[in-house]
Amino acid sequence: MAGLAIEVADLHKSYGATAAVRGVSFGVREGEVFGLLGPNGAGKTTTVEILEGHRKRNSGRVSVLGHDPEERDRRLQERVGIVLQSGGFYPRVTVQEAVAHFAKAYPRPRDTAETIALVGLEQKSDSRANELSGGQRRRLDLALALVGDPELVFLDEPTTGFDPAARRTAWDTIRTLKELGKTVVLTTHYLEEAQELADRVAIVKDGRIVAEGPPGELGPGSYRVSYVSEGRRVTHETDDPTELLHRLTRDAVARGERLDGLEVKRPTLEEVYLELTKEEAER
Amino acid sequence: MSPFALAWEQFRFERKIFWRNPSAAFFNFVLPLLLLVLIASAFGSEADELDVLIPGIAGMSVLGTTFTALTYEMTWLREDGILKRVGGTPLPTTSFIGGILASAVVNAFLQVGLVVLIGHFAYGVDWPAHWLSLLGFTALGVACFGALGVAFAHAVPNMDSAPAYVNAVFVPLIFISGVFYSAESLPPVLEGIAEALPLKHLIDCLSYAIVGGDYAVTAPAIVLGWTLAGLVLAVRYFRWE
Repeated sequence: MAGLAIEVADLHKSYGATAAVRGVSFGVREGEVFGLLGPNGAGKTTTVEILEGHRKRNSGRVSVLGHDPEERDRRLQERVGIVLQSGGFYPRVTVQEAVAHFAKAYPRPRDTAETIALVGLEQKSDSRANELSGGQRRRLDLALALVGDPELVFLDEPTTGFDPAARRTAWDTIRTLKELGKTVVLTTHYLEEAQELADRVAIVKDGRIVAEGPPGELGPGSYRVSYVSEGRRVTHETDDPTELLHRLTRDAVARGERLDGLEVKRPTLEEVYLELTKEEAER
Repeated sequence: MSPFALAWEQFRFERKIFWRNPSAAFFNFVLPLLLLVLIASAFGSEADELDVLIPGIAGMSVLGTTFTALTYEMTWLREDGILKRVGGTPLPTTSFIGGILASAVVNAFLQVGLVVLIGHFAYGVDWPAHWLSLLGFTALGVACFGALGVAFAHAVPNMDSAPAYVNAVFVPLIFISGVFYSAESLPPVLEGIAEALPLKHLIDCLSYAIVGGDYAVTAPAIVLGWTLAGLVLAVRYFRWE
Protein backbone atom coordinates (compact mmCIF):
# COMPACT_ATOMS: atom_id res chain seq x y z
CA MET A 1 0.00 0.00 0.00
CA ALA A 2 1.18 3.50 -0.81
CA GLY A 3 2.30 5.78 2.00
CA LEU A 4 0.33 8.76 3.21
CA ALA A 5 0.88 12.09 1.51
CA ILE A 6 -1.32 13.91 4.00
CA GLU A 7 -2.30 13.12 7.56
CA VAL A 8 -4.80 15.21 9.50
CA ALA A 9 -5.75 14.43 13.09
CA ASP A 10 -8.38 16.22 15.15
CA LEU A 11 -8.12 19.49 13.24
CA HIS A 12 -9.95 22.49 14.68
CA LYS A 13 -10.33 26.00 13.27
CA SER A 14 -12.57 28.86 14.40
CA TYR A 15 -13.14 32.34 13.05
CA GLY A 16 -14.01 34.32 16.14
CA ALA A 17 -16.96 32.52 17.73
CA THR A 18 -17.73 30.54 14.56
CA ALA A 19 -16.26 27.04 14.47
CA ALA A 20 -15.52 26.23 10.82
CA VAL A 21 -13.68 22.94 11.35
CA ARG A 22 -14.54 20.87 14.41
CA GLY A 23 -12.32 17.84 14.81
CA VAL A 24 -11.50 16.60 11.30
CA SER A 25 -9.23 13.57 10.80
CA PHE A 26 -8.31 11.85 7.55
CA GLY A 27 -5.42 10.57 5.50
CA VAL A 28 -4.63 10.96 1.79
CA ARG A 29 -2.60 8.19 0.15
CA GLU A 30 0.17 8.95 -2.30
CA GLY A 31 -1.07 8.92 -5.88
CA GLU A 32 -4.79 9.00 -5.14
CA VAL A 33 -7.44 11.57 -5.92
CA PHE A 34 -9.06 12.46 -2.63
CA GLY A 35 -12.32 14.38 -2.64
CA LEU A 36 -13.62 16.62 0.12
CA LEU A 37 -17.33 16.80 -0.56
CA GLY A 38 -19.88 18.92 1.21
CA PRO A 39 -22.30 21.81 0.95
CA ASN A 40 -21.08 25.41 0.82
CA GLY A 41 -19.83 26.53 4.20
CA ALA A 42 -19.17 22.99 5.45
CA GLY A 43 -15.49 23.69 6.14
CA LYS A 44 -13.94 22.20 3.01
CA THR A 45 -12.10 25.31 1.89
CA THR A 46 -10.90 26.11 5.42
CA THR A 47 -9.51 22.57 5.72
CA VAL A 48 -7.75 22.77 2.35
CA GLU A 49 -6.36 26.25 3.08
CA ILE A 50 -4.84 24.92 6.30
CA LEU A 51 -3.22 22.10 4.30
CA GLU A 52 -1.94 24.64 1.76
CA GLY A 53 -0.39 26.78 4.50
CA HIS A 54 -2.70 29.73 3.84
CA ARG A 55 -4.37 29.47 7.24
CA LYS A 56 -3.29 28.61 10.73
CA ARG A 57 -5.16 25.97 12.69
CA ASN A 58 -6.30 26.35 16.29
CA SER A 59 -5.39 22.78 17.21
CA GLY A 60 -4.79 19.33 15.81
CA ARG A 61 -1.96 17.67 13.92
CA VAL A 62 -1.33 18.21 10.20
CA SER A 63 1.38 16.62 8.09
CA VAL A 64 1.74 17.36 4.36
CA LEU A 65 4.53 15.39 2.66
CA GLY A 66 6.14 15.15 6.08
CA HIS A 67 6.01 18.90 6.77
CA ASP A 68 3.81 21.13 8.88
CA PRO A 69 2.31 23.47 6.23
CA GLU A 70 1.93 26.27 8.78
CA GLU A 71 5.71 26.79 8.66
CA ARG A 72 5.52 27.69 4.95
CA ASP A 73 8.74 25.77 4.39
CA ARG A 74 10.15 26.38 0.93
CA ARG A 75 11.10 22.69 0.66
CA LEU A 76 7.42 21.79 1.02
CA GLN A 77 6.18 24.56 -1.29
CA GLU A 78 8.50 23.29 -4.04
CA ARG A 79 6.59 19.98 -4.04
CA VAL A 80 3.04 21.33 -3.90
CA GLY A 81 0.84 22.98 -6.52
CA ILE A 82 -2.14 25.08 -5.48
CA VAL A 83 -5.06 26.06 -7.68
CA LEU A 84 -6.87 29.04 -6.21
CA GLN A 85 -10.64 29.36 -6.19
CA SER A 86 -10.36 32.66 -8.06
CA GLY A 87 -8.01 35.43 -9.08
CA GLY A 88 -4.29 35.70 -8.65
CA PHE A 89 -3.32 36.86 -12.15
CA TYR A 90 -1.33 39.76 -13.49
CA PRO A 91 -3.83 41.15 -16.02
CA ARG A 92 -1.25 42.50 -18.48
CA VAL A 93 1.01 39.46 -18.55
CA THR A 94 0.67 36.76 -21.20
CA VAL A 95 0.09 33.10 -20.43
CA GLN A 96 3.61 32.29 -21.58
CA GLU A 97 5.19 35.07 -19.48
CA ALA A 98 3.23 34.16 -16.35
CA VAL A 99 4.10 30.46 -16.54
CA ALA A 100 7.77 31.23 -17.27
CA HIS A 101 7.92 33.71 -14.38
CA PHE A 102 6.42 31.41 -11.76
CA ALA A 103 8.63 28.53 -13.00
CA LYS A 104 11.73 30.35 -11.75
CA ALA A 105 11.04 29.74 -8.09
CA TYR A 106 11.09 25.93 -8.48
CA PRO A 107 14.20 23.74 -8.50
CA ARG A 108 13.04 21.43 -11.32
CA PRO A 109 10.27 23.20 -13.22
CA ARG A 110 8.33 21.64 -16.03
CA ASP A 111 9.04 23.18 -19.44
CA THR A 112 6.88 26.28 -20.00
CA ALA A 113 5.48 25.24 -23.39
CA GLU A 114 4.86 21.71 -22.14
CA THR A 115 2.97 23.05 -19.10
CA ILE A 116 0.81 25.27 -21.29
CA ALA A 117 0.08 22.31 -23.57
CA LEU A 118 -0.80 20.14 -20.58
CA VAL A 119 -3.71 22.45 -19.74
CA GLY A 120 -4.64 23.00 -23.40
CA LEU A 121 -3.80 26.70 -23.64
CA GLU A 122 -1.34 26.52 -26.58
CA GLN A 123 -3.58 28.72 -28.72
CA LYS A 124 -3.65 31.39 -26.00
CA SER A 125 0.04 31.35 -25.16
CA ASP A 126 0.54 34.98 -26.22
CA SER A 127 -2.75 36.31 -24.84
CA ARG A 128 -2.73 38.43 -21.71
CA ALA A 129 -4.65 37.14 -18.68
CA ASN A 130 -7.26 39.89 -19.03
CA GLU A 131 -8.04 38.68 -22.55
CA LEU A 132 -8.84 35.11 -21.43
CA SER A 133 -12.32 33.71 -20.80
CA GLY A 134 -13.25 32.50 -17.33
CA GLY A 135 -12.56 28.88 -18.22
CA GLN A 136 -9.22 29.76 -19.82
CA ARG A 137 -8.19 31.61 -16.69
CA ARG A 138 -8.90 28.54 -14.60
CA ARG A 139 -6.66 26.60 -16.96
CA LEU A 140 -3.92 29.21 -16.55
CA ASP A 141 -4.41 28.81 -12.80
CA LEU A 142 -3.85 25.07 -13.21
CA ALA A 143 -0.78 25.69 -15.37
CA LEU A 144 0.72 27.91 -12.65
CA ALA A 145 0.06 25.15 -10.11
CA LEU A 146 1.70 22.50 -12.31
CA VAL A 147 4.76 24.39 -13.59
CA GLY A 148 6.84 23.34 -10.57
CA ASP A 149 6.06 19.68 -11.37
CA PRO A 150 4.52 19.13 -7.92
CA GLU A 151 3.87 15.76 -6.27
CA LEU A 152 0.73 17.03 -4.63
CA VAL A 153 -1.92 19.27 -6.19
CA PHE A 154 -4.72 21.09 -4.37
CA LEU A 155 -7.81 21.91 -6.40
CA ASP A 156 -10.40 23.99 -4.59
CA GLU A 157 -13.77 23.84 -6.38
CA PRO A 158 -12.06 23.49 -9.77
CA THR A 159 -15.20 23.48 -11.91
CA THR A 160 -17.57 25.83 -10.07
CA GLY A 161 -19.37 27.92 -12.66
CA PHE A 162 -18.26 25.76 -15.61
CA ASP A 163 -20.64 24.69 -18.34
CA PRO A 164 -20.93 20.90 -18.83
CA ALA A 165 -18.43 20.79 -21.72
CA ALA A 166 -15.80 22.78 -19.82
CA ARG A 167 -16.38 20.55 -16.80
CA ARG A 168 -15.66 17.42 -18.88
CA THR A 169 -12.43 19.00 -20.13
CA ALA A 170 -11.37 19.85 -16.59
CA TRP A 171 -12.13 16.32 -15.48
CA ASP A 172 -9.89 14.96 -18.23
CA THR A 173 -7.08 17.20 -17.00
CA ILE A 174 -7.52 15.94 -13.44
CA ARG A 175 -7.43 12.34 -14.70
CA THR A 176 -4.19 13.26 -16.50
CA LEU A 177 -2.75 14.41 -13.16
CA LYS A 178 -3.59 11.05 -11.66
CA GLU A 179 -1.98 9.26 -14.60
CA LEU A 180 1.15 11.35 -14.00
CA GLY A 181 1.23 9.87 -10.51
CA LYS A 182 0.25 13.06 -8.67
CA THR A 183 -1.65 13.07 -5.44
CA VAL A 184 -4.71 15.27 -5.84
CA VAL A 185 -6.86 16.83 -3.15
CA LEU A 186 -10.10 18.09 -4.61
CA THR A 187 -12.90 19.99 -2.93
CA THR A 188 -16.26 20.08 -4.60
CA HIS A 189 -19.93 20.40 -3.91
CA TYR A 190 -20.79 18.46 -7.07
CA LEU A 191 -21.55 14.83 -6.19
CA GLU A 192 -21.09 13.76 -9.78
CA GLU A 193 -17.60 15.24 -9.82
CA ALA A 194 -16.54 13.36 -6.70
CA GLN A 195 -18.06 10.17 -8.09
CA GLU A 196 -16.26 10.58 -11.42
CA LEU A 197 -12.83 11.57 -10.18
CA ALA A 198 -12.16 10.61 -6.59
CA ASP A 199 -10.64 7.33 -5.46
CA ARG A 200 -11.91 8.16 -2.00
CA VAL A 201 -14.11 10.90 -0.65
CA ALA A 202 -14.83 12.39 2.73
CA ILE A 203 -18.22 14.01 3.20
CA VAL A 204 -17.87 17.17 5.29
CA LYS A 205 -20.83 18.66 7.11
CA ASP A 206 -20.78 21.41 9.71
CA GLY A 207 -17.03 21.16 10.15
CA ARG A 208 -16.96 17.39 10.65
CA ILE A 209 -16.42 14.36 8.44
CA VAL A 210 -19.63 12.34 8.43
CA ALA A 211 -18.51 9.59 6.04
CA GLU A 212 -15.29 8.54 4.34
CA GLY A 213 -14.39 5.91 1.77
CA PRO A 214 -14.46 5.10 -1.95
CA PRO A 215 -17.48 6.86 -3.51
CA GLY A 216 -19.10 3.52 -4.37
CA GLU A 217 -18.85 2.07 -0.89
CA LEU A 218 -19.97 4.92 1.31
CA GLY A 219 -22.74 4.92 3.79
CA PRO A 220 -24.40 2.73 6.39
CA GLY A 221 -26.12 -0.53 5.34
CA SER A 222 -24.24 -0.50 2.10
CA TYR A 223 -26.59 -2.76 0.03
CA ARG A 224 -30.32 -2.35 -0.47
CA VAL A 225 -32.38 -5.41 -1.32
CA SER A 226 -35.99 -4.72 -2.18
CA TYR A 227 -39.02 -6.45 -3.71
CA VAL A 228 -42.74 -5.83 -4.08
CA SER A 229 -45.05 -7.64 -1.72
CA GLU A 230 -48.85 -7.03 -1.74
CA GLY A 231 -48.38 -3.89 -3.79
CA ARG A 232 -45.76 -2.32 -1.50
CA ARG A 233 -42.02 -2.24 -1.94
CA VAL A 234 -40.21 -3.80 0.98
CA THR A 235 -36.58 -2.70 1.47
CA HIS A 236 -33.87 -4.36 3.54
CA GLU A 237 -30.45 -2.83 4.16
CA THR A 238 -27.53 -5.15 4.65
CA ASP A 239 -23.78 -5.47 4.55
CA ASP A 240 -24.11 -9.11 3.43
CA PRO A 241 -26.47 -9.32 0.46
CA THR A 242 -25.53 -12.95 -0.33
CA GLU A 243 -26.86 -14.25 2.94
CA LEU A 244 -29.93 -12.03 2.84
CA LEU A 245 -30.82 -12.97 -0.74
CA HIS A 246 -30.41 -16.64 0.07
CA ARG A 247 -32.79 -16.35 3.00
CA LEU A 248 -35.37 -14.27 1.14
CA THR A 249 -35.44 -16.47 -1.97
CA ARG A 250 -35.42 -19.71 0.05
CA ASP A 251 -38.40 -18.57 2.11
CA ALA A 252 -40.24 -17.34 -0.98
CA VAL A 253 -39.68 -20.63 -2.82
CA ALA A 254 -40.82 -22.56 0.26
CA ARG A 255 -44.05 -20.52 0.30
CA GLY A 256 -44.41 -20.93 -3.45
CA GLU A 257 -44.26 -17.15 -4.00
CA ARG A 258 -42.37 -14.97 -6.41
CA LEU A 259 -40.40 -11.94 -5.28
CA ASP A 260 -41.73 -9.41 -7.74
CA GLY A 261 -39.44 -6.57 -8.74
CA LEU A 262 -36.48 -8.00 -6.80
CA GLU A 263 -33.56 -5.57 -6.81
CA VAL A 264 -30.12 -5.44 -5.23
CA LYS A 265 -28.72 -1.92 -5.33
CA ARG A 266 -25.95 0.05 -3.82
CA PRO A 267 -27.12 3.49 -2.78
CA THR A 268 -25.67 6.16 -5.04
CA LEU A 269 -23.30 8.68 -3.59
CA GLU A 270 -26.10 11.19 -3.89
CA GLU A 271 -28.45 9.08 -1.77
CA VAL A 272 -25.78 8.57 0.88
CA TYR A 273 -24.92 12.24 0.82
CA LEU A 274 -28.50 13.42 1.15
CA GLU A 275 -29.19 10.93 3.90
CA LEU A 276 -26.12 11.94 5.88
CA THR A 277 -26.66 15.64 5.51
CA LYS A 278 -30.36 15.27 6.31
CA GLU A 279 -29.58 13.38 9.52
CA GLU A 280 -27.33 16.21 10.54
CA ALA A 281 -29.99 18.79 9.83
CA GLU A 282 -32.61 17.01 11.93
CA ARG A 283 -30.52 16.90 15.07
CA MET B 1 17.83 30.14 -7.70
CA SER B 2 19.00 32.06 -4.68
CA PRO B 3 16.61 34.49 -2.98
CA PHE B 4 18.71 37.33 -4.35
CA ALA B 5 18.51 36.03 -7.94
CA LEU B 6 14.75 35.59 -7.51
CA ALA B 7 14.43 39.19 -6.27
CA TRP B 8 16.30 40.28 -9.41
CA GLU B 9 13.91 38.23 -11.58
CA GLN B 10 10.94 39.78 -9.77
CA PHE B 11 12.44 43.23 -10.31
CA ARG B 12 12.83 42.60 -14.06
CA PHE B 13 9.27 41.29 -14.21
CA GLU B 14 7.99 44.42 -12.43
CA ARG B 15 9.87 46.69 -14.86
CA LYS B 16 8.38 44.83 -17.80
CA ILE B 17 4.79 45.15 -16.60
CA PHE B 18 5.14 48.72 -15.26
CA TRP B 19 4.99 50.25 -18.73
CA ARG B 20 2.02 48.06 -19.69
CA ASN B 21 -0.17 50.00 -17.28
CA PRO B 22 -0.40 53.46 -18.86
CA SER B 23 -2.34 55.12 -16.03
CA ALA B 24 0.23 54.08 -13.43
CA ALA B 25 3.04 55.18 -15.71
CA PHE B 26 1.28 58.54 -16.13
CA PHE B 27 0.89 59.16 -12.41
CA ASN B 28 4.44 58.06 -11.75
CA PHE B 29 6.16 60.05 -14.42
CA VAL B 30 4.11 62.65 -16.13
CA LEU B 31 2.03 64.22 -13.37
CA PRO B 32 4.83 65.60 -11.14
CA LEU B 33 6.74 66.88 -14.16
CA LEU B 34 3.59 68.46 -15.53
CA LEU B 35 3.03 70.23 -12.22
CA LEU B 36 6.62 71.42 -12.23
CA VAL B 37 6.33 72.88 -15.71
CA LEU B 38 2.86 74.39 -15.13
CA ILE B 39 3.69 76.02 -11.83
CA ALA B 40 7.08 77.27 -12.99
CA SER B 41 5.45 78.74 -16.08
CA ALA B 42 2.36 80.18 -14.37
CA PHE B 43 3.93 81.70 -11.28
CA GLY B 44 7.06 82.97 -12.86
CA SER B 45 10.45 81.43 -12.84
CA GLU B 46 12.11 83.68 -10.31
CA ALA B 47 15.20 82.01 -8.93
CA ASP B 48 14.01 82.04 -5.31
CA GLU B 49 10.65 80.50 -6.28
CA LEU B 50 12.36 77.79 -8.30
CA ASP B 51 14.61 77.11 -5.33
CA VAL B 52 11.48 76.14 -3.41
CA LEU B 53 9.67 74.42 -6.27
CA ILE B 54 12.42 72.12 -7.58
CA PRO B 55 13.20 70.38 -4.24
CA GLY B 56 9.45 70.39 -3.50
CA ILE B 57 8.60 68.58 -6.72
CA ALA B 58 11.53 66.21 -6.14
CA GLY B 59 10.06 65.35 -2.72
CA MET B 60 6.61 64.94 -4.21
CA SER B 61 8.12 62.61 -6.82
CA VAL B 62 9.60 60.41 -4.11
CA LEU B 63 6.21 60.38 -2.37
CA GLY B 64 4.35 59.50 -5.57
CA THR B 65 6.68 56.78 -6.85
CA THR B 66 6.94 55.03 -3.49
CA PHE B 67 4.13 55.78 -1.03
CA THR B 68 1.33 56.23 -3.56
CA ALA B 69 2.53 53.57 -6.01
CA LEU B 70 3.18 50.95 -3.33
CA THR B 71 -0.09 51.56 -1.49
CA TYR B 72 -1.92 50.89 -4.74
CA GLU B 73 0.29 47.99 -5.75
CA MET B 74 0.25 46.15 -2.42
CA THR B 75 -3.51 46.62 -2.06
CA TRP B 76 -4.05 45.33 -5.57
CA LEU B 77 -1.71 42.35 -5.14
CA ARG B 78 -3.55 41.39 -1.98
CA GLU B 79 -7.10 41.97 -3.22
CA ASP B 80 -6.54 40.26 -6.58
CA GLY B 81 -5.10 37.14 -4.95
CA ILE B 82 -1.57 37.47 -6.31
CA LEU B 83 -0.08 37.67 -2.81
CA LYS B 84 -2.01 34.54 -1.89
CA ARG B 85 -0.72 32.75 -4.97
CA VAL B 86 2.85 33.79 -4.29
CA GLY B 87 2.43 32.74 -0.65
CA GLY B 88 1.77 29.20 -1.81
CA THR B 89 4.86 29.00 -4.03
CA PRO B 90 8.51 28.62 -3.02
CA LEU B 91 9.20 32.22 -4.13
CA PRO B 92 10.45 33.80 -0.87
CA THR B 93 8.31 36.70 0.32
CA THR B 94 11.44 38.81 0.78
CA SER B 95 12.45 38.23 -2.86
CA PHE B 96 8.96 39.05 -4.09
CA ILE B 97 8.54 42.24 -2.05
CA GLY B 98 12.21 43.11 -2.62
CA GLY B 99 11.72 43.05 -6.41
CA ILE B 100 8.65 45.27 -6.13
CA LEU B 101 10.43 47.76 -3.84
CA ALA B 102 13.47 47.86 -6.12
CA SER B 103 11.23 48.76 -9.03
CA ALA B 104 9.72 51.63 -7.03
CA VAL B 105 13.22 52.78 -6.07
CA VAL B 106 14.23 52.94 -9.73
CA ASN B 107 11.14 55.02 -10.51
CA ALA B 108 11.92 57.41 -7.65
CA PHE B 109 15.52 57.97 -8.71
CA LEU B 110 14.54 58.37 -12.38
CA GLN B 111 11.93 60.92 -11.38
CA VAL B 112 14.20 62.95 -9.12
CA GLY B 113 16.80 62.87 -11.90
CA LEU B 114 14.26 64.19 -14.41
CA VAL B 115 13.22 66.98 -12.05
CA VAL B 116 16.85 68.07 -11.70
CA LEU B 117 17.41 67.86 -15.47
CA ILE B 118 14.29 69.88 -16.29
CA GLY B 119 15.18 72.44 -13.63
CA HIS B 120 18.64 72.87 -15.10
CA PHE B 121 17.90 72.85 -18.80
CA ALA B 122 14.42 74.43 -18.92
CA TYR B 123 14.69 76.94 -16.11
CA GLY B 124 18.42 77.50 -15.78
CA VAL B 125 18.67 76.29 -12.21
CA ASP B 126 22.23 75.44 -11.16
CA TRP B 127 23.32 71.81 -10.97
CA PRO B 128 22.72 70.32 -7.50
CA ALA B 129 25.03 71.70 -4.86
CA HIS B 130 25.70 68.32 -3.24
CA TRP B 131 25.34 65.30 -5.55
CA LEU B 132 26.16 62.67 -2.95
CA SER B 133 23.69 64.17 -0.50
CA LEU B 134 21.07 64.16 -3.24
CA LEU B 135 21.61 60.42 -3.73
CA GLY B 136 21.64 59.75 -0.01
CA PHE B 137 18.57 61.80 0.86
CA THR B 138 16.62 60.41 -2.09
CA ALA B 139 17.49 56.91 -0.83
CA LEU B 140 16.35 57.88 2.67
CA GLY B 141 13.07 59.27 1.32
CA VAL B 142 12.53 56.15 -0.78
CA ALA B 143 13.07 53.90 2.25
CA CYS B 144 10.73 56.02 4.36
CA PHE B 145 7.83 56.38 1.95
CA GLY B 146 8.29 52.87 0.56
CA ALA B 147 7.89 51.35 4.02
CA LEU B 148 4.99 53.68 4.80
CA GLY B 149 3.31 52.77 1.50
CA VAL B 150 3.47 49.03 2.22
CA ALA B 151 2.25 49.68 5.77
CA PHE B 152 -0.58 51.96 4.62
CA ALA B 153 -1.80 49.32 2.14
CA HIS B 154 -2.61 47.11 5.14
CA ALA B 155 -5.17 49.72 6.20
CA VAL B 156 -6.83 50.00 2.78
CA PRO B 157 -9.80 47.61 2.76
CA ASN B 158 -10.17 47.14 -0.99
CA MET B 159 -9.15 48.41 -4.41
CA ASP B 160 -12.22 50.62 -4.84
CA SER B 161 -11.37 52.66 -1.76
CA ALA B 162 -7.62 52.84 -2.46
CA PRO B 163 -7.73 56.20 -4.34
CA ALA B 164 -9.68 57.80 -1.50
CA TYR B 165 -7.24 56.52 1.13
CA VAL B 166 -4.18 57.53 -0.87
CA ASN B 167 -5.40 60.98 -1.79
CA ALA B 168 -6.63 61.69 1.73
CA VAL B 169 -2.94 61.53 2.67
CA PHE B 170 -1.22 62.62 -0.53
CA VAL B 171 -3.09 65.84 -1.33
CA PRO B 172 -3.05 67.49 2.13
CA LEU B 173 0.51 66.34 2.68
CA ILE B 174 1.94 67.97 -0.43
CA PHE B 175 0.06 71.21 0.33
CA ILE B 176 1.33 71.56 3.91
CA SER B 177 4.85 70.27 3.29
CA GLY B 178 6.11 73.10 1.11
CA VAL B 179 6.04 71.47 -2.29
CA PHE B 180 4.70 74.55 -4.09
CA TYR B 181 5.58 77.31 -1.68
CA SER B 182 7.65 77.69 1.43
CA ALA B 183 6.08 75.89 4.40
CA GLU B 184 6.94 78.84 6.64
CA SER B 185 3.98 80.78 5.22
CA LEU B 186 1.46 78.27 6.66
CA PRO B 187 -0.80 78.87 9.67
CA PRO B 188 0.88 77.54 12.86
CA VAL B 189 -1.45 74.56 13.27
CA LEU B 190 -0.77 73.26 9.75
CA GLU B 191 2.91 74.02 10.12
CA GLY B 192 2.93 71.95 13.32
CA ILE B 193 1.35 69.01 11.50
CA ALA B 194 3.83 69.33 8.65
CA GLU B 195 6.69 69.43 11.16
CA ALA B 196 5.55 66.12 12.65
CA LEU B 197 5.32 64.37 9.27
CA PRO B 198 8.29 63.30 7.15
CA LEU B 199 7.71 65.00 3.78
CA LYS B 200 8.60 68.54 4.81
CA HIS B 201 11.84 67.30 6.36
CA LEU B 202 12.68 65.26 3.28
CA ILE B 203 12.14 68.38 1.15
CA ASP B 204 14.39 70.37 3.49
CA CYS B 205 17.11 67.76 3.00
CA LEU B 206 16.59 67.72 -0.78
CA SER B 207 16.68 71.52 -0.79
CA TYR B 208 20.09 71.42 0.87
CA ALA B 209 21.30 68.87 -1.70
CA ILE B 210 19.90 70.68 -4.75
CA VAL B 211 19.95 74.37 -3.84
CA GLY B 212 22.52 74.43 -1.08
CA GLY B 213 22.24 76.31 2.20
CA ASP B 214 21.62 74.41 5.37
CA TYR B 215 19.36 71.83 6.97
CA ALA B 216 18.58 70.95 10.57
CA VAL B 217 20.05 67.63 11.76
CA THR B 218 16.60 66.83 13.11
CA ALA B 219 15.24 66.73 9.53
CA PRO B 220 16.89 63.46 8.40
CA ALA B 221 16.40 62.08 11.93
CA ILE B 222 12.63 62.58 11.70
CA VAL B 223 12.54 60.95 8.25
CA LEU B 224 14.55 58.04 9.64
CA GLY B 225 12.15 57.71 12.57
CA TRP B 226 9.19 57.44 10.19
CA THR B 227 11.14 54.89 8.15
CA LEU B 228 11.57 52.64 11.17
CA ALA B 229 7.93 53.07 12.17
CA GLY B 230 6.88 52.24 8.61
CA LEU B 231 9.03 49.10 8.55
CA VAL B 232 7.61 47.85 11.84
CA LEU B 233 4.02 48.49 10.71
CA ALA B 234 4.65 47.00 7.25
CA VAL B 235 5.91 43.73 8.72
CA ARG B 236 3.63 43.59 11.77
CA TYR B 237 0.34 43.95 9.88
CA PHE B 238 1.29 42.11 6.71
CA ARG B 239 -1.53 39.88 5.46
CA TRP B 240 -1.69 37.53 2.53
CA GLU B 241 -5.34 38.10 1.58
